[in-house]
Amino acid sequence: MARYIIGRLISLLFVVWMVSVITFVLVHSVPGGPFDEQKQPLPPAAKANILRKYGLDQPIYVQYLKYIWAVLHFDFGIPYQVPTETVASLIRKTWTVTFQVGMMTIALSFGAGIIVGTMAAYRRGSWLDTILTFGATAGITLPNFVVALWLILIFSNSLKLLPSGGWSEPNNWVIKPIFSKDWIMPVLAYALAPFAIVARYTRASMVEALNSDYIRTARAKGLRDRTILRRHVLKNAAIPMVTALGPVIPDLLTGSIFIEATFRIPGLGKYFVTSTYNRDYPMVMALILIIAVLWGLTYLITDLLYTWLDPRVRLGAKGA
Amino acid sequence: MTESVAVGPAISSIAKQPRTLWRDVARRFARNRLALLGLIIVVLLLFVAIFAPFLAPYPYDKADFSKVLRFPFTDVTHPLGTDEVGRDFLSRLIYGIRTSITVGLAVQVIAFGIGLPLGMLAGYRGGMVDFAVMRLVEVMTAFPGLLFAIFLITLYGGGLEKVILVLGITSWIGPCRLSRGQVLTLREQPYVEAARCIGASEIGILVKHMLPNALSPLLVALSFGIPAAIFGEAALSFLGIGVNDPLPSLGKMVGVSGSYVRVYWHVALFPTLLIALTMLGFSFFGDGLRDALDVRDTR
Repeated sequence: MARYIIGRLISLLFVVWMVSVITFVLVHSVPGGPFDEQKQPLPPAAKANILRKYGLDQPIYVQYLKYIWAVLHFDFGIPYQVPTETVASLIRKTWTVTFQVGMMTIALSFGAGIIVGTMAAYRRGSWLDTILTFGATAGITLPNFVVALWLILIFSNSLKLLPSGGWSEPNNWVIKPIFSKDWIMPVLAYALAPFAIVARYTRASMVEALNSDYIRTARAKGLRDRTILRRHVLKNAAIPMVTALGPVIPDLLTGSIFIEATFRIPGLGKYFVTSTYNRDYPMVMALILIIAVLWGLTYLITDLLYTWLDPRVRLGAKGA
Repeated sequence: MTESVAVGPAISSIAKQPRTLWRDVARRFARNRLALLGLIIVVLLLFVAIFAPFLAPYPYDKADFSKVLRFPFTDVTHPLGTDEVGRDFLSRLIYGIRTSITVGLAVQVIAFGIGLPLGMLAGYRGGMVDFAVMRLVEVMTAFPGLLFAIFLITLYGGGLEKVILVLGITSWIGPCRLSRGQVLTLREQPYVEAARCIGASEIGILVKHMLPNALSPLLVALSFGIPAAIFGEAALSFLGIGVNDPLPSLGKMVGVSGSYVRVYWHVALFPTLLIALTMLGFSFFGDGLRDALDVRDTR
């Protein structure tokens, strides 16, 4: 087991390293840079000075090695857009926003999804089940910015109940009050797709568990429904759910660019777009590296959880 | 030797007329009402996309600054109103569908063009080739969702061709993994071994013997890949980094509408409805195809 984990971590390191090389080369291979003088022409000496200050006058492999050396010391550099901050502090600030939206979305989608999926599995053929089986496709396939605009059209335009977005900068609040109306529409629009996925997977794995022999045995023994559900059904149904749903979480935590754009939320996703646009190399590099690490770790944890839930699975064997 | 592709699971020896895999699939597909609905939507969209110049009452880029942001159903000459520079909204929507369909199909051509040979080769050869391809796939997966596409687009600029190229480059992993897995399971089949014994070439085995047997899951993956690419284009254009003006794109229309939606609801409602219709149509079609072909888990 330990050997397996170490192997996986090494391959994760390799992936992250490759990602850093590819991103770095791509960013620097494109003509133009963060200090192009479309807006204000600079005298050549001043420009050379700026380039030297940020190390952009050196050969690319030197820049890369210096960058990696700094990153290994947790120094992600200084964002070109906001020279008064560091990349780490800017990411921390914007991530608090994205993280809060993501956590609320996870809570809503997983909570409601598991409940609805379980109920649909128990009452197969009921109206709830019918709505779920037909509605899930819609929930999964509709882009969240489409859902977001529909919510705005209904709740802001027609009913005039909810604000259509435009959050203040996170300087004014560290944790946004949970009962703020600002949450409702972004979280609803964001949660619909993961909710549909969770509900569908829960239903499928619950149905499979409910139809299995060990449940029949448990019933025959005269166990109470509640005990069967808790001790036998949920635990077995959790196995396929973990593999299917684990990867949803980093996606939600890194934020939806589209939700943040639609509701004008000052989060991580919005920064990713503006950073790539402005050729803010340190910011882009840091964001991509963070996301790559987060994804790799989630996949690893998902696989480990899988072995823990289902002892029959052996990791490290062929094909795992 | 006649290569019989038609080895459906339900072939019985007492069938009156010859049953082929495809006839079985068509029959099962036709029994599924939601799949038929999807098929009708897909055919309609294809029709609109192909005949857009004949269906649209105006050219998509004809601006009329005396009629800016007209509401729908108020002006006979512009039944669905006009946009922020006075272009006929119905025409823009029709050409927007054309953009979506173009991207959806072209991206899949690239994705399968890269992923299919790479995956099949990796699965068949194994060893170093497999190792290299799988590491490449792993690195590509580390860029989740559309982030890599957004990143590339902001570096190299937008426009229809670049959107297609970038989405194609970022979506070959699915077909690659799938075809590799298919080849891995088919590699040990007796007929492959037999073909190898009589000295069939590697390409011959892959194309003539393995590909037809791996067709069902690949087709299903293709039918799901198209709406995924359509979504990708809509999403990039929504952010303002996709298709360039004046070419219409449903995603771009949604993105632009954000500034006007509080008063001019139609600029948001119609394109979002069309995106929803497109996505749902293709998904129902894909679901139906998967059930009809009896393919389990292709993603």
